[in-house]
Amino acid sequence: MRIGYYPGCSLQGSGKEYSESLFAVAEKCGIVLEEINDWNCCGASAAHSLNHDLSVALPARTLALAEKQGLEQILVPCAACFGRLATAQQELVSSEPMRAKMSDYLEMPVKGTARILTVFEFLQEHIFPVADQYIVNKLNHKTACYYGCLLSRPKDLTRLEFPEDPMEMDAVMEMAGATPIDWAFKTECCGAGLSVSRTDIVAKLSAKIVEDAVSRGAESIVVACPMCQMNLDLRRKEINKQMDKGSDIPVMFITQALGLSMGLSADKLGLNRHFVSTGKVVSCVGRKEV
Amino acid sequence: MAEPFEPKIVAFVCNWCTYAGADLAGTSRTKYETNVRIIRFPCTGRIDFMLLIKAFQNGADGIIVSGCHPNDCHYTSGNFHARRRWIVFKSMLDFMGFPTERITFSWVSAAEGKKWAELVNETTDSVRALGPFTEYKNLDFTTFNQMDHEAIAR
Amino acid sequence: MARIGVFICHCGENISATIDVEKVAKLAGKLSGVAYSVDYKYMCSDPGQTLIVDAIKEHKLTGIVVGACSPRMHEGTFRKAAEKAGINPYFCEMANIREHCSWVHPKSDETTRKALDIVRTMVEKVKNNTALFPIKVPITKTALVIGGGIAGIQAALDIANSGHQVIMVEKTPSIGGHMSQLSETFPTLDCSQCILTPRMVEVAQHPNITLHTFATVESVTGFIGNFEVDIRLKAKSVDFEKCTGCGSCWQKCPSKKIPDEFNAGMSFRTAIYTPFPQAVPNKPVIDRANCTWFTKGGKCGVCAKICPTGAIDYNTEDTILSVKVGSIVTATGFDIKHSDFFPEYGYGKHPDIIDGLQFERLASASGPTGGEIRRPSDGKEPETVVFLACAGSRDKAKGIEYCSKICCMYTAKHAMLYKHKNHHGKAHVFYMDIRSAGKSYDEFVRRAIEEDDVNYIRGRVSKIYEKNGKLMVVGVDTLLGAKPVTIEADMVVLATAVVANEDAESVAQKLHISYDKHKFFAEAHPKLKPVETNTAGITLAGACQSAKDIPETVAQASAAAAKTIILFSGSELTREPVVATVNRSAAPVFTTCTGCFLCQEVCPYQAIEREEIRDRAGNLLMNAAKVNAGLCQGCGTCVAMCRNKSIDLQGFSNQQMLSEVMGLLNEPF
Repeated sequence: MRIGYYPGCSLQGSGKEYSESLFAVAEKCGIVLEEINDWNCCGASAAHSLNHDLSVALPARTLALAEKQGLEQILVPCAACFGRLATAQQELVSSEPMRAKMSDYLEMPVKGTARILTVFEFLQEHIFPVADQYIVNKLNHKTACYYGCLLSRPKDLTRLEFPEDPMEMDAVMEMAGATPIDWAFKTECCGAGLSVSRTDIVAKLSAKIVEDAVSRGAESIVVACPMCQMNLDLRRKEINKQMDKGSDIPVMFITQALGLSMGLSADKLGLNRHFVSTGKVVSCVGRKEV
Repeated sequence: MAEPFEPKIVAFVCNWCTYAGADLAGTSRTKYETNVRIIRFPCTGRIDFMLLIKAFQNGADGIIVSGCHPNDCHYTSGNFHARRRWIVFKSMLDFMGFPTERITFSWVSAAEGKKWAELVNETTDSVRALGPFTEYKNLDFTTFNQMDHEAIAR
Repeated sequence: MARIGVFICHCGENISATIDVEKVAKLAGKLSGVAYSVDYKYMCSDPGQTLIVDAIKEHKLTGIVVGACSPRMHEGTFRKAAEKAGINPYFCEMANIREHCSWVHPKSDETTRKALDIVRTMVEKVKNNTALFPIKVPITKTALVIGGGIAGIQAALDIANSGHQVIMVEKTPSIGGHMSQLSETFPTLDCSQCILTPRMVEVAQHPNITLHTFATVESVTGFIGNFEVDIRLKAKSVDFEKCTGCGSCWQKCPSKKIPDEFNAGMSFRTAIYTPFPQAVPNKPVIDRANCTWFTKGGKCGVCAKICPTGAIDYNTEDTILSVKVGSIVTATGFDIKHSDFFPEYGYGKHPDIIDGLQFERLASASGPTGGEIRRPSDGKEPETVVFLACAGSRDKAKGIEYCSKICCMYTAKHAMLYKHKNHHGKAHVFYMDIRSAGKSYDEFVRRAIEEDDVNYIRGRVSKIYEKNGKLMVVGVDTLLGAKPVTIEADMVVLATAVVANEDAESVAQKLHISYDKHKFFAEAHPKLKPVETNTAGITLAGACQSAKDIPETVAQASAAAAKTIILFSGSELTREPVVATVNRSAAPVFTTCTGCFLCQEVCPYQAIEREEIRDRAGNLLMNAAKVNAGLCQGCGTCVAMCRNKSIDLQGFSNQQMLSEVMGLLNEPF
């Protein structure tokens, strides 16, 4: 089964380590991810705030290219990109006039039939069945799995089993030998795209998240969204100012954490790209490096 | 100036559910297209499907047959018989090349006034798109009428 | 030769506003067979009916069509008028030009044309009508009341006190229903059990009431005045003739960890149990699914050993009791959603987030905490309690668009009870609106706010999570400009949505009554027939029809009883003669029926019998189908089945239906 891959701008840029760790884990498990040729930006928040047709056309082009490439499944790790592509897909599939309009704009036929996988579905269907044999080190620490907004809403699109208390990442972390904790801010907003324009809001919202995780004994926070990772990691100085006592709890991508348990090196997983050091967590893990 | 085609829709409905549902649409003042005329039966189980043929033969362009939801028939099982009858009848009509898209078989309960209005609107729209039902007009009765019927009877 | 009269009603403006009624009357007058046609403002009124009666006499009309509202409204009215004028009432048909025409279409030529089509259709039908005569059947003057809550109890007492027999069936081991679980009732704060238990005892002791508890309705056949009901008497494992209710058995039962339904799951009960101390009957039953004797092949048996009268019998089995009743009152009650319905409030994992019935049990003197408000988690008294109104109700996203009606009142009651018992506690209520429309209701809510210092916050709660042993209630105060509010609570009480019982659909199907998408039973008419159903002889009482409080329930139950008593007041029941008949004629034909009996196979009422047709010498000539008019309900399934049209339905005959279709589509002009 060929799996298409859409990194989006984030995983090429500021979320590069997500991409690196994802590929490292996939490679380890013998899975090949095929990047969609000539993909374009999904439009993120900008497109849908300005023009509806544009917000459909941008992801539709990527979907058309994926169809051209013969890809029946596409993995979209970035939470926002996933939301945009899945929403555009829904519009294409449910409206013949919209399909026709888009095919016209793009000068390419588009049906919107490829299956778009969330990173959780990818992990569950492709990694879970085979990962056991590759896990060589237990992660040996308490972790707070943070899902954020876009991976849990709208619930019909994101398809989590328990939208208000998701367990998809928790299951992965348990498999990796960590202890996922039960905590209250799994799906609360980190401040999202206000990271640049209203860093103060991001600081306040993300501080609540960090505070809750830390107060319940978490030693790491694991995320699956590059925006969340950035807010919780890059903005730590501002976050710490909002807390009584600042925290140095590291924030890793789920694929980085999983990769650690598979014995992959911190370098290969991009753990050196973080602002808040992941050193303490890495040292909890068993020493085997493969 | 020819008037745009407006289909004639005849609805064969049961008294307890769909007729009451249509009444509810009325008491709720839900507006819908004017093309439908309702024929009231005690139960969809009473509906002899030859009446549907008669209706098409005499000018109907589309037909709705509607009753209580399965398991909810006022007479317990009438609608099950209607449903089975419909399945056989429809296969026969399909085999004969009859455009069965002109017949809508549905279930509307006494509480579903809105659904009745939607059913009428959807059926009217789809039959309007299909155009007038003229196929029966192709039947040539002249030869038949000229035959010596008494001789044949003997 | 037919002489049909057409009477077009304006219905005030209801019909005339969108239909040109004068034109319809005029054009109808030109139809072949119509001898007289007129329009009038209110046909159903006295002068309107007089108009019809006079016209029939003066113009020697043989049949009439009244173009007005739905026959389901006034067919009876106009048939009576026809009868008064001296013609058989079944020569009267109604053309529904109101519900099916004037009310659903705009004023236009098309609407008027449709009205004429509808009238013409019925004129053609009436030309083929025949005189029909009502069928008289006996009435079994016994009522069945399904459900032993306050609705069932009230209905049963009213019917029994009027002198008729009542059979009451209750599925749990005791009557009383949810009202017996309440601590106090609004707006008087009367002790619920104190006002209920005397009624329960009255039911048990009433000479005209036969009470079956721990029983369910298995099947219902027949029709109004003549129902046959099979009641499943579940095996109690206790012989009630011998049992004295001493209680030794449940005091010694070793299975003590079964969640207690009466206490809404907040305490445990034993396998042999009475649901509560004032249970009626106050004799225990064995919950076989949780009893060691039954689940572990004969182990234990303590209760049998200890029973002083030897009343325990493990070998009893369910029995079916068949009864004949004339009418059925459905009083099966309601259920509520529980805290696990709310993902945003923790999917039910927090024991200190409870629902309304659970709070009632805490507040109740006979409850698991002896009437003290304590947290289920650690038994401590909560210092801050937050009450959430509208939990689940009025919420399309949760699939419950309706208002549950009772929650505003009981939330105020709960907050007040909490404050009365915990003077120093703090009570907050998050609400959307306050619906306290009943008598003394609004004053009751004001009391909570003004006298008991309950803090009402207009806003909803988006999330509740646990932090350091407190429940963080995250809501908003919309009256302070959508200001976010987080309250650290020790306990949260959700006023959860009222919903239909899980088995409501199956009960409705057994009774052949309609229900809506929420499985609440459907009344015959939302305004004018709130207790009857579309199935003659079956009435509704209480929350099974829609959420309502106790005074409304009691009123509706008495109304259902009144309908029953009306039915029983005649010596026999006159049934509509819309029945099937198989043709019969003289020798040598006798009948066109070939005796295939396909009709008998499809009849839901076993109303078709075999008749042996014999010659004068007594030789059997043929077996033909014959309809028992007393049993036939007039569905007509047999008619559509008959391969050679030997059976026909009076009132909806083959000729009548064909003439409707032909009359409709073959316009004369």
